[in-house]
Amino acid sequence: MKTAWIVPASLIGTAALLAVMNTAVAAGSPLHASTYMIALAGKYLCYAILGLSLDLVWGYAGILSLGHGAFFALGGYAMGMYLMREIGARGVYGNAQLPDFMVFLGWHELPWYWSGFDHFAFAALMAPLVPALLALAFGWFAFRARVSGVYLSIITQAMTYALMLAFFRNDMGFGGNNGMTDFKDILGLPLQADSTRVLLMVLSALVLAAAYALCRAIVSSRFGKVLIAIREAEPRTRFLAYRPEAYKLVIWVLSAAMAGIGGALYVGQVGIINPSEFAPANSIETAVWVAVGGRGTLSGAILGALLINLGKTWFTSALPELWLYALGALFIATTLFLPRGIIGLFGWRSRPRSVSERLLGGSPREVTG
Amino acid sequence: MSTVGTLLHLDGVSVSFDGFRALNALSFILDDGEMRAVIGPNGAGKTTMMDVITGKTRPDEGTVIFAESTDLTRMDEPSIAALGIGRKFQKPTVFEPHSVRNNLLLALKGDRRPLFTLFARETAAERIRVEEILEITGLAAFRDSPAAALSHGQKQWLEIGMLLAQDPRLLLVDEPVAGMTDAETEQTAMLLCQINRSRSVVVVEHDMAFVRALDVKVTVLHEGRVIAEGSIDHVSSNPRVIEVYLGR
Amino acid sequence: MSRTLALVFALLIALSATHRASAQDAYALLASPGFDNIRQGIEELGRSGDLRALPVISALHDGELYQDAGHALFIQTPSGFLDARTGETRADLSAAALKKIRVNNRVREAIDEALGALRLFAPDPAQRRAAADAVFHAHDPSAIPALDRAIAAEADPEIRRDLTEARAAALLSATEGSVQDKLAAIAIVAKRGGADSRVVLEPLQQQTEPVRTAAVAALRSIDHQLQFWRLIQSIYYGISLGSVLLLAAAGLAVTFGVMGVINMAHGEMVMLGAYTTFVVQQALGPGWVDLGVLLAVPAAFIVSGGLGIAIERTLIRWLYDRPLETLLATWGLSLVLQQAVRSLFGPDNRPVQPPVWMSGDFHLGGLTLTLNRLAIIVFAALVLAVLMAVLRLTPLGLQMRAVTQNRLMAAAMGIATPWIDALTFGLGSGIAGMAGVALSQIDNVSPNLGQSYIIDSFMVVVFGGVGNLWGTALAALTLGIINKLLEPFAGAVLGKILVLVMLILFIQRKPRGLFPLRGRAAEA
Repeated sequence: MKTAWIVPASLIGTAALLAVMNTAVAAGSPLHASTYMIALAGKYLCYAILGLSLDLVWGYAGILSLGHGAFFALGGYAMGMYLMREIGARGVYGNAQLPDFMVFLGWHELPWYWSGFDHFAFAALMAPLVPALLALAFGWFAFRARVSGVYLSIITQAMTYALMLAFFRNDMGFGGNNGMTDFKDILGLPLQADSTRVLLMVLSALVLAAAYALCRAIVSSRFGKVLIAIREAEPRTRFLAYRPEAYKLVIWVLSAAMAGIGGALYVGQVGIINPSEFAPANSIETAVWVAVGGRGTLSGAILGALLINLGKTWFTSALPELWLYALGALFIATTLFLPRGIIGLFGWRSRPRSVSERLLGGSPREVTG
Repeated sequence: MSTVGTLLHLDGVSVSFDGFRALNALSFILDDGEMRAVIGPNGAGKTTMMDVITGKTRPDEGTVIFAESTDLTRMDEPSIAALGIGRKFQKPTVFEPHSVRNNLLLALKGDRRPLFTLFARETAAERIRVEEILEITGLAAFRDSPAAALSHGQKQWLEIGMLLAQDPRLLLVDEPVAGMTDAETEQTAMLLCQINRSRSVVVVEHDMAFVRALDVKVTVLHEGRVIAEGSIDHVSSNPRVIEVYLGR
Repeated sequence: MSRTLALVFALLIALSATHRASAQDAYALLASPGFDNIRQGIEELGRSGDLRALPVISALHDGELYQDAGHALFIQTPSGFLDARTGETRADLSAAALKKIRVNNRVREAIDEALGALRLFAPDPAQRRAAADAVFHAHDPSAIPALDRAIAAEADPEIRRDLTEARAAALLSATEGSVQDKLAAIAIVAKRGGADSRVVLEPLQQQTEPVRTAAVAALRSIDHQLQFWRLIQSIYYGISLGSVLLLAAAGLAVTFGVMGVINMAHGEMVMLGAYTTFVVQQALGPGWVDLGVLLAVPAAFIVSGGLGIAIERTLIRWLYDRPLETLLATWGLSLVLQQAVRSLFGPDNRPVQPPVWMSGDFHLGGLTLTLNRLAIIVFAALVLAVLMAVLRLTPLGLQMRAVTQNRLMAAAMGIATPWIDALTFGLGSGIAGMAGVALSQIDNVSPNLGQSYIIDSFMVVVFGGVGNLWGTALAALTLGIINKLLEPFAGAVLGKILVLVMLILFIQRKPRGLFPLRGRAAEA
């Protein structure tokens, strides 16, 4: 795709511009980008990574995951654990080994699964790895049994719901319902400082750009073509000697890892991670980002994530009562009037319908969606 | 091609759906290199027979032996397809968003593993083969159009093209000329005869003119079993066949 | 109160003339200075079994017993002071002339014991039974003489059994007593069973043989019994939860089965049913609680059902060939509905009164069955039966089933499929509304009510399949029971997680549930 470079270029460009507007421009000037703006931008970029990962599996493989937030959250928790350990003795209880919430619970030593998280590299490895392993286990069972369509969507919801319930428990050792917060620094850099914030934001933009480039490469490859074929007519691909389960599993695991990385970048910039990140509502909201932007286009996912979260920030501060109405209406309007999303409005086809499809309408039980 | 071996041997295959017997101890033999036409009324079991051969449906009883060595009833669809059995469906199922070229490219025989396709680059041999098939099926002018834009008849040919791309030993073709004009029907008959020069074919059809044009042995199915077999003239004069299918 | 008291007095005076002499001494002790004296007096009165002492000691318990300078006792009542001996009202006396008899903790203990012992002889059998229970729990050996007398005097065989058990418990707490007696007592207490018997037998494990062995064996048998009842109780809770799940999921199974539509706003249909109950109750006023709940059932059906039809006509019907989009659109709808209810009724819980016939509980063996859950089980069964009847016996049901099995064919035969779809969606939503009425009795009515049940409803549909309502019922019951059986071991949250994991594994074998839609059309 010749125009594909526009997306990563504009992302990096905007991030760089914001960085300059924060560091080089004086605080009073109208061109100054406040700390708040930088933090918001960083957050949105992480959400865009999540949206991108969902578009990979939904837009290209036809898997509507309503639980992708779980992968995002797991990555966030992995990085959160490192950040908690970085607090060291500066916590409320002053315990160099144990995070505050463990001291509060009366624990005496760090559980085994916390070992290694005092190293950044380890946490950075776990952030994509843990979601990938979960995705591997889940996907191996689900795809092998040929679970598809709404059934699959429902059990992905169940997956994230179960994780939410689990992480709410105080005795799991992940902070319980309060989660993890009060982080001090990352790799020695104080998280509250403007310079660190800018750094993280620019890093998020770079990661997003790289993720986009990777996704672009995947969907343009033959693998990507097979995925689209699977999305369109899965049984047909079997008769061509392809194994859809294997393809779905590969893209599913990749997508989960990507979401995990997004989560890891997110937690440092937002300063907190708690079990509500696993809430099914969050994952379903991610689906609307992709739908509004235009699924199956990659850039649509990024656009949708940025636009809707901008809208959410605006609404929840200006007209908080109306935000849920707006979001609900957005879901309804997009599915009814914008099936190809905003990008689709510009004629970029993601899923054209043939003459025969329009004539026959398709049966209500067409489960590949 | 005149090897004497049996390519496909269905032996006593029975399939029931919720009490309805779709196939009733069906036995069917196809020689290597043969083309056979299978006819019969609706519900006779023709499509189910193909489902069993290609692994979509597991029979309750019986075996399906391919090339005198492999029992297909133990295998799933991708494995059977990889053995060299290709199928064309009643309703043309091509990949609508992909171009005609890409449809053929995806169907080309080759390594199907995800990690291979992730890094695969189109080779010169593949390009040439795709062009060949475009020529044979007469779709060369449409090579870059999305498959969705093709007419019904063209989609049928694309599917036949995809079938060829798989380089199968056995083609199972289900109602290839449904909805085609007379001219297109004749072309399809010629195409299949050409294909038969190097591969075995089983064709299911209702169009008697088409079957006649193929000029091959005909098997008549009814209520899940074979009731007649022979040349088209032989079976058309069979009173049972006339009763259940052809009419007086 | 005072008139009854007077009557009781008259009767008792007539009956217990012979006891007057010693009782007089005991009464005198009550009026004596010093808590020890008072306590002794109470103990004597308790042992005496003289029912006349009951009102006096009760008055002392309530702080209404006074004495005058001559050490005569008086009971304070709303209509004046009563002479404790004669029962006559002394209007001339006032609180100023009398001194209240005070108690301390030890005296209070003695009062309780004495009351317990005296009530063993009360005229009311319910009081006697309660007294026998109380003595069993106290298992104080000093009550044995009173118990012996009570057993001898008792006519009612059940109460006599209770008294015997109390005596056995008292005996086991005593240090003296023959081994024979103790073994016999252990057998009696073991037969009574229950957690309170366990308490009595527990310390006997420290004693010497053969009492020790007998006690250990008795404890084990009681434990088995307790475990058994606990299991049955869990199953009961499981059936109760299952019936709730069935109500919540039945509507979803119908719409998904017939239309292939997963309605994410289904939880809100349930929620609206609960709010309808609240509104109906408010409208009818506090005197009509029972009628209110009954009226709420059809009201909720109409409200949720009507809304369902409206949703189908305006939203769902444009999305038929896109089930995943329908999922998203209905999710958006659920957000709108939740927020609308939040704006109209506020975000807090709204109170719903349960009707009288649904309050309270009754005991069956070792089970405690709460009436509200029992009513819901019955209600769920009724709803299921009516739904099956509609599907199997009415023309509408026939048409719905035809559309489920082969939409195109049904349309070709003249069935107005769009109309059927609207009615089906309305039916499914209406059932959800009725589920909301039931839920309002056992859960909080808040805008988030739907969200708590939507995932569980999905699980039921995924597990049970949509081919058959029996599948839905079976799935709901199974999930409910498994959930409740796991709860004592794993806790509510972990239990839920385990159920979800099991479901995901179950889907491996049956991706379309226990009873999937079958047939060639469904394969398409």
